[in-house]
Amino acid sequence: MSSYHLDHLQYLETEAIHIMREVAGEFERPALLFSGGKDSICLLRLAEKAFRPADIPMPFLNVETGHEFPELISFRDSRAKELGAKLIVRTVDEAIAKGHATPAPGEISRNKLQIPVLLGAIEEFQFDCAIGGARRDEEKARAKERFFSFRDSFGQWDPKAQRPEIWNLYNARVNPGENMRVFPLSNWTEMDVWQYIKREQLAVPTIYFSHERECFRRGGQWIPVPPPHTDLTKPDLYAGARPKPNEPIKKLVVRVRTIADMISTGMMESPADSIDDIIGEVAAARVTERGSRADDKASEAAMEDRKKAGYF
Amino acid sequence: MPHTQHPIELLRFNTCGSVDDGKSTLIGRLLYDSKSLMEDQVEALEKSADITGGGQINLANLTDGLRAEREQGITIDVAYRYFATPKRKFIVADTPGHVQYTRNMVTGASTANLSIVLVDARQGVIEQTRRHTFIAAMLGIPHLVIAINKMDLVDWKQERFQEIRDEIEDFLPKLDVFRDVKFIPISALNGDNVVDASKHTPWYEGPPLLAHLESVHIASDWNLNAFRFPVQWVNRPNDPTDQTLHDFRGISGQIASGIIRKGQQVAVLPGCIKTTIKDIWTYDGSLNEAFCPQSVTICLEHDIDISRGDMIVGLEQLPGMASDLHARICWMSIRPLQAGKKYFLKYGPQTVQAVVTQVEGRINMETLDLEAGPTEFRANDIGVIRLKTAKPIIYDGYTTNRLTGSFILIEQGTNATVAAGMLFPPTEAVKPEYTDFAI
Repeated sequence: MSSYHLDHLQYLETEAIHIMREVAGEFERPALLFSGGKDSICLLRLAEKAFRPADIPMPFLNVETGHEFPELISFRDSRAKELGAKLIVRTVDEAIAKGHATPAPGEISRNKLQIPVLLGAIEEFQFDCAIGGARRDEEKARAKERFFSFRDSFGQWDPKAQRPEIWNLYNARVNPGENMRVFPLSNWTEMDVWQYIKREQLAVPTIYFSHERECFRRGGQWIPVPPPHTDLTKPDLYAGARPKPNEPIKKLVVRVRTIADMISTGMMESPADSIDDIIGEVAAARVTERGSRADDKASEAAMEDRKKAGYF
Repeated sequence: MPHTQHPIELLRFNTCGSVDDGKSTLIGRLLYDSKSLMEDQVEALEKSADITGGGQINLANLTDGLRAEREQGITIDVAYRYFATPKRKFIVADTPGHVQYTRNMVTGASTANLSIVLVDARQGVIEQTRRHTFIAAMLGIPHLVIAINKMDLVDWKQERFQEIRDEIEDFLPKLDVFRDVKFIPISALNGDNVVDASKHTPWYEGPPLLAHLESVHIASDWNLNAFRFPVQWVNRPNDPTDQTLHDFRGISGQIASGIIRKGQQVAVLPGCIKTTIKDIWTYDGSLNEAFCPQSVTICLEHDIDISRGDMIVGLEQLPGMASDLHARICWMSIRPLQAGKKYFLKYGPQTVQAVVTQVEGRINMETLDLEAGPTEFRANDIGVIRLKTAKPIIYDGYTTNRLTGSFILIEQGTNATVAAGMLFPPTEAVKPEYTDFAI
């Protein structure tokens, strides 16, 4: 190979940096969705590469379901601080209290409730663009999404009326009230993300590495036992998500492959305790990353339905 | 998916062909036979096969991700797939065959190194074959594969293969030039000559499709001639606490073509101001040289007024600068293009207003000739127009530079992307009366 040649990670990187800078150039009030998960960790490094030595010209935004792994939250906060960025957090709890979100009767997962919270934050701060870490290899409906994914004033995605995306010319025009979701990692695979984390020596939350944890079996997956309900003056946040008498608790050596929140992330039994081990596991994996997420299993069109409604 | 520590190349390709030519089946086959499918994907396939497929696994279900597509058994949008072999990584754009979805083919193919056009061996060359091959050529895709599919249904006859090949080779000279063209007889459904060589084609001496995808020479696909640097963002840290940062003024962008070195003389357009490259700044350290398609931040010797949409260029082979433009376009909207109508024209990081001054002609997909006379373009028409922009734009001919010779048209009001445009070479290059660094 000639010296004027990029390998696949360098190619994906330059493509993503170009997109980040297009966002900075085209939008008045962009935000970057940062959860502390592996994909958004890559986004932050790409933002540094796109905008340093200046400040990253957009705040970080995260929507909490209230069921997060504490390790993820502390990682998120310290990383944002390290980068000198403004971190905006909006929660499902707040939204329920204000009446902006209403849980469906009997539904434990708050996954869907993130939608009105995200849309509320976009409205509150008048964001015209939100950068997210979604990848096309994650799921079939995502495979059809553009880099610049237009949302109408209800935050909805219309897969049949997507703007054609030609060359590297992204149509970023939106009318007031409409907004854009931008996905710089669209072309990245799970393997690319881990290889990039390794190349860039990026820190990740400890739950990605093998550790001992109490789990119980539900829906064919190992679900982590939620933290105890201590403040009895408040309702149990994890009601319905705790192990039932016929769901015995087991102490296992596990890690997460993909992070939703505590009640919808299946833990995988794994001894992987380094990035190299994880790369080896991804290489040998026989199920997809989202195979361990209960939220996608509901129906074959589960993701499509949530995206149309304004999901990330 | 095996991983490697060695640098590994990325090949982007798209598949196109008529409805039921087996595009999605071919991609499914590539993924399945290269063992890039996961158990839960196979499980989901099997599940949907029980419900809708009468028990037979439908490889097309892998790429047809939207509900309407599965219900109608068609592909309605570009689906992207990713797989890897020990030799290369691949990004696949599965682009639909329906004539009304030509815009999606243009979308999927515009970034491809290689296009696979599928031909049904029973039907032979049809209008779609010509249309898709024409579009691939027009978009300047360097490598073309004609995959003659369903060979099992014509008893693997070499004569049939040769007949179709002859017919395609007859019209190839009418098109823009491909760097290489490969004809491969396959059966996507059964996997012949897709990943593994077929025992049915002893008369075929070439490689199976995957082996070709793994070995076709793509290192020269990026344009390393004539430096072009469209300015995306001006980097001004303005940090009063740090003197070096306080004075830092970087010009950020992605190199659209060519190579740039520290100390090299460049011109900043449209002002035609000559200056020198002081530094090539990146997060990973300063570079002595950088090349297409790297993203960098350039520091210039002189403090020149420069902003998003300007272009830094090498002093040799200067681009054109004009407001009267001549271009081929693919029209993508259900509302027809009409002369006299105003649009936004986006090229590189710049957007200007433009009016269509003349509709010159439309390509007849049967003959591939340009026919004069139409007053408007309908969705999926390809033709030649003239435009006038509100201010001059800096550009190259599309055939010499895909990134500085292309534009999109955006409808005012709806903001819909309505056309992909490819500019003819400028009639004359910029004639700079250089100001040797003003200010």
